[in-house]
Amino acid sequence: MTSKQKGWKDIPIAGVCWTPTTEYLTGDWRTYKPVLDLEKCNKCLLCYVYCPDGAIEWKREVQAIEFNYKYCKGCGICAKECRQEAIKMVLE
Amino acid sequence: MPVVKQEVLALSGDEAVAYAVKQSDVDVVAAYPITPQTIIVERFSEYVHNGEVDTEFVCVESEHSALTACLAASAMGARTFTASASAGLALMHEILYVTSGCRAPVVMAIVNRALSAPINIHCDHADSMVERDASWIQIYVENSQEAYDSVIQAFKIAEHPHILLPAMVMLDAFFLSHTLERVDVLPDDTVRKFVGARKIPLVRSHEGKLVPFKLDPETPVTMGPLDLYDYYFEHKRQQEEAMQRALQKIKQVHDEFGKICGRRYGNGLIDPYRMEDAEIAAICMGSASGTAKVIVDHIRAKGVKAGLLRLRTFRPFPSQDLIKALENVKAIAVMDRSHSFGAHGGPIFHEVRHVLYDAPTHPHVVNYIYGLGGRDMPQTLIHKIYKNLQKIVETKHVETPVQFIGVRE
Repeated sequence: MTSKQKGWKDIPIAGVCWTPTTEYLTGDWRTYKPVLDLEKCNKCLLCYVYCPDGAIEWKREVQAIEFNYKYCKGCGICAKECRQEAIKMVLE
Repeated sequence: MPVVKQEVLALSGDEAVAYAVKQSDVDVVAAYPITPQTIIVERFSEYVHNGEVDTEFVCVESEHSALTACLAASAMGARTFTASASAGLALMHEILYVTSGCRAPVVMAIVNRALSAPINIHCDHADSMVERDASWIQIYVENSQEAYDSVIQAFKIAEHPHILLPAMVMLDAFFLSHTLERVDVLPDDTVRKFVGARKIPLVRSHEGKLVPFKLDPETPVTMGPLDLYDYYFEHKRQQEEAMQRALQKIKQVHDEFGKICGRRYGNGLIDPYRMEDAEIAAICMGSASGTAKVIVDHIRAKGVKAGLLRLRTFRPFPSQDLIKALENVKAIAVMDRSHSFGAHGGPIFHEVRHVLYDAPTHPHVVNYIYGLGGRDMPQTLIHKIYKNLQKIVETKHVETPVQFIGVRE
């Protein structure tokens, strides 16, 4: 909560979003963060498929996945699903 | 504008509601039948079948679904109606809050029926009273004519861009719902013109554009999403603001409609009967008010300065109107057709006494819980209430502030 937040007279009714939800940085919620071991990763992209927040991105230029820590809530599903055990959850 | 010539029909309260909905150009009705509301849904489905309306009638499997369908339709900008009672309304409880929170101006008729157990299909106000905090406008009617008038008004109040709150119109089970009365009805085009097309205001969307406040793929908006400690409180504060605005809007729409049909119910919020110089008064909601008026006439003829204040609008609560109307009254009996178990009296009593705490004068205020489960409220009992008020004024003493009247000891 910051002082920049608007008062009730200045926001749309009914919870209508006046900004994209991407401005809500859900990465703040995280306790454990996923860390990738590039050596073990076979680029199967199961983590990409399972991530419920779309917080895993495929970086074409480096041919590797990357976690978007702005939105990753640290749920650990990627680490659980990774067959190569290439993702470790590390305490922040 | 002169009063419009009207047709006289013999309608039950339920039929009067269905007739009002038929004339109000409603886009969607989703409803589930429950005694004593069933006739509303039955009559309306006949209108649909006969092609008298072009309403989309959605048959659903429960009241929870009925209100959910109405909420969704209303969010798309449709004019929407449903009706329920008792356990049906209780099953809608969760969605009542979602509807008001999404600012969907659904209009619903409630035929006031007791809540189980023991199971009872007759009138008391328990079903809608428990929903008083759900951010719905609540209007309680005295007779079938008022049920007709109020449903038409409810669309115009609820849908106004400054209000956008759902509204309930309450009529008493059987006393009104199943009793034929004379009802004067306006021509179809007069009602249609009065209610008008639903006006959709603009809101700021997530794309930063001003778009119509409705669910439309062309101009997408998100309604009622996750809203935590950072903005939920602000959205609830907005609902209270809309409620306070509704006080004025209810009066205004009631007055506009009164000019067309020639009928008025007080100022739309409170309906005082012979209150001008009243020293004692009862406060009542619903059909029992008619009986109370007879008693007021009766004891006025004997020189007692008695009046009746019928509360028409319970939400928003007309605090200032009430203070003003009661400023010269010495003793007040609040009649509650429901009880808040374990509380000091019924819900109307709480609010009336609470409001009078800020009034310049402090009259005696007592409470009578009456008529639960459809128990008759005969003239003799209402007479007894006024007798007790006279005694309180004489002795300046209240023996029992909260009493159950009409129950066998």
